[in-house]
Amino acid sequence: MVTSNPYMVNMGPQHPSTHGVLRLRLVLDGEQVLRVEPVLGYLHSSKEKLQEEHTYLQTVPITDRMDYLAAMTNNLGVSLAIEKLAGIQSPPRAECLRVIMSELQRLASHCFAQGVFLQDLGAWGSPLMYFLREREQILDMFEMVCGARLTYNYIRPGGVSQDIPPQFTPAVNSFLDTFPAKLDEYEELLWKNEILRARTVGVGVVSRELAVSAAFSGPMLRASGVQWDLRKQDPYCGYQNYEFDIPVGQTGDCFDRFMVRFYEMRESLKIVRQALDVLPPGEWKAAVPIVIRPPAGEAFQMIESPRGMLGYYLVSDGGANPWRFHVRAPSFINLGALNEMLVGTTMADVVAIVGSIDIVMGEVDR
Amino acid sequence: MAEPREVELTLGGGGFTMPYDPAEEDRREGRLVLDLMREAREPFPDSGGMLPGEDETPQNVIMSTLDEVLAWSRRSSMWPAMFGLACCAIEMITTTSSRYDISRFGMEIFRPSPRQADLMIVAGWVTWKMAPVLRRIYDQMAEPKWVVAMGASAMSGGPFVETYSVVPGVNLIVPVDVYIPGCPPRPEALLAGLMKLQDKVAREKHRHGAR
Amino acid sequence: MTAVMTGPALAEAIQGAFPTAVAEVYGDAVVLDAAALVDVCQFLKDAPDLAFDYMASLTAVDYLDYFEVVYHLLSLGHNRSAVLKLRCYGRKAPHAPSVTSVWKAADFQEREVFDLFGIGFDGHPDLRRIMLFEGFPGHPLRKDFLEFDHRKIAAMASEAE
Repeated sequence: MVTSNPYMVNMGPQHPSTHGVLRLRLVLDGEQVLRVEPVLGYLHSSKEKLQEEHTYLQTVPITDRMDYLAAMTNNLGVSLAIEKLAGIQSPPRAECLRVIMSELQRLASHCFAQGVFLQDLGAWGSPLMYFLREREQILDMFEMVCGARLTYNYIRPGGVSQDIPPQFTPAVNSFLDTFPAKLDEYEELLWKNEILRARTVGVGVVSRELAVSAAFSGPMLRASGVQWDLRKQDPYCGYQNYEFDIPVGQTGDCFDRFMVRFYEMRESLKIVRQALDVLPPGEWKAAVPIVIRPPAGEAFQMIESPRGMLGYYLVSDGGANPWRFHVRAPSFINLGALNEMLVGTTMADVVAIVGSIDIVMGEVDR
Repeated sequence: MAEPREVELTLGGGGFTMPYDPAEEDRREGRLVLDLMREAREPFPDSGGMLPGEDETPQNVIMSTLDEVLAWSRRSSMWPAMFGLACCAIEMITTTSSRYDISRFGMEIFRPSPRQADLMIVAGWVTWKMAPVLRRIYDQMAEPKWVVAMGASAMSGGPFVETYSVVPGVNLIVPVDVYIPGCPPRPEALLAGLMKLQDKVAREKHRHGAR
Repeated sequence: MTAVMTGPALAEAIQGAFPTAVAEVYGDAVVLDAAALVDVCQFLKDAPDLAFDYMASLTAVDYLDYFEVVYHLLSLGHNRSAVLKLRCYGRKAPHAPSVTSVWKAADFQEREVFDLFGIGFDGHPDLRRIMLFEGFPGHPLRKDFLEFDHRKIAAMASEAE
């Protein structure tokens, strides 16, 4: 028996590696984690209460600020939920544009997530600078389309807010021509890197049972070997018409999650190319009133955002404002089993594991 | 410091005594937050000199050579403290990327420790739960220090101004030097705001002691 | 496509094992009796032809006369979805049984519902506020909580002490 004294170390809310204002109260025995208690709410901006005072169209820009690294998919989710509630059908051109924007957003989000994850592991700056360079190209394309770099408010109930300008398609095509080579270069540099492998292989293993019981989604779930992606299982916006694969991991460790995101980026490139080829002409927005009054009822719509399954639960009382606006945030739920994931690991692994979950605090705290 | 206790080194969280009580820690934090909510009645006054028409150095301020040299050294290598909270933090990180390159201004060293920083860029909305932390980080920074409120939410609450959990303007908690509007401000806007801060620092006289 | 298990179909499946558990069926949702909730959830998870092993979302809605806790379930194997609901009456201390023993995902989401609506979950291992600070007066997502001035909220907290 060794005499030992467990102590509590506070990590966050202001910390370089916690991906925002996440606070972890770690009980450590030397370097080993005995228990972790995540403390959330440092970014709780009561968006769900605020949305009860907005009209349905006004709820869309607030969703931009939840998962701010993937605002297009946020807008898509809420637009689909409102359309389900109000019985609106968006035209085919809008559906195709939505797919293009969602997949470009997935690329941008994964670029940032991978860059920041590598920064947390100690590659201070360089991978992030390279990934941000690629991300800037995508943000330029988004700026061409809707004028904003981060909070787009582009995908709205009924379609999209405006048509793509003529310079958009050549820009996307030139990006699709150059990006795969860059991805190859980064993969070549990274996937056999000794330090990356030592810090991520076998670290933070999430079993299939835990992933399903804790309702993980996105790369967290797929890295543990569960073949579940809403774009395949419950397609929306015409995803069933595109050919792409779903990368699934084997062991559920940090390295698998990292590689799943890499392969997802390749699949997204395929989808964007196919969608651009079949982009139909026509209207980009259905005729939707400015103040939508859906009939009384409820709708629950989930989509596959870069972080997992993003769901919107809307309850309408027949009026102009939602009676209840709930967001099923994947980052919040992916943090739910943090204790099970971190107990027994060392302090250094905590940073790697929290980084591999890919959380965005705006979504966790809403 | 508690007496060392016999602890079985088992993994999986078995067999140890918790060194703290989570509920008590939460209550302690809640008391700090409520105290700050009661204290924060009026915003800190803004130190002037930045409104249109006030750009000229007032005639009665004489800058000595020492002042000019100190002001130049302070504004040319300000080290920001890492205080990115929300979406504006992403634009702040993008400003450090090679396209916008905050390094040209000497500000690429974002310090995790406030003891080593002299600029706090509050990027994102501040909640009342976060406010005591913000105040503590600000207090830990050594003089001279400056605060930039980046984004509409830090300036005034932004879209969350009438909610029960967001501070309506970070100037209720700390004195602010430069306000940068935008939701989020583009990296160029952040750089423009930081250049305005540099102008402000250029006109400051060498101060002894705290503000 | 994810097949939606409609209210009547789900009610039939539940009533086969628990004849008195279903209180009401409307639309795609089955409203359950509080006493039978945990058993029904365990049954829905374990029964091989239902296999609702994934709880996608747990939230609550304030309908003024009552609170409704809404559970969105998914069966990954059968690619099917279902909706369960539970009504909690009374505004002073509404409570519901906790389903953390069935799905781990309920842990944080029940804490969030407790924090924002005030619904206590019996059997939850660590029911504390998660989003708001301890000492916040009241439960803000309730329809009767309309205050947003921080000075008034701090005054409400002082009164509550």
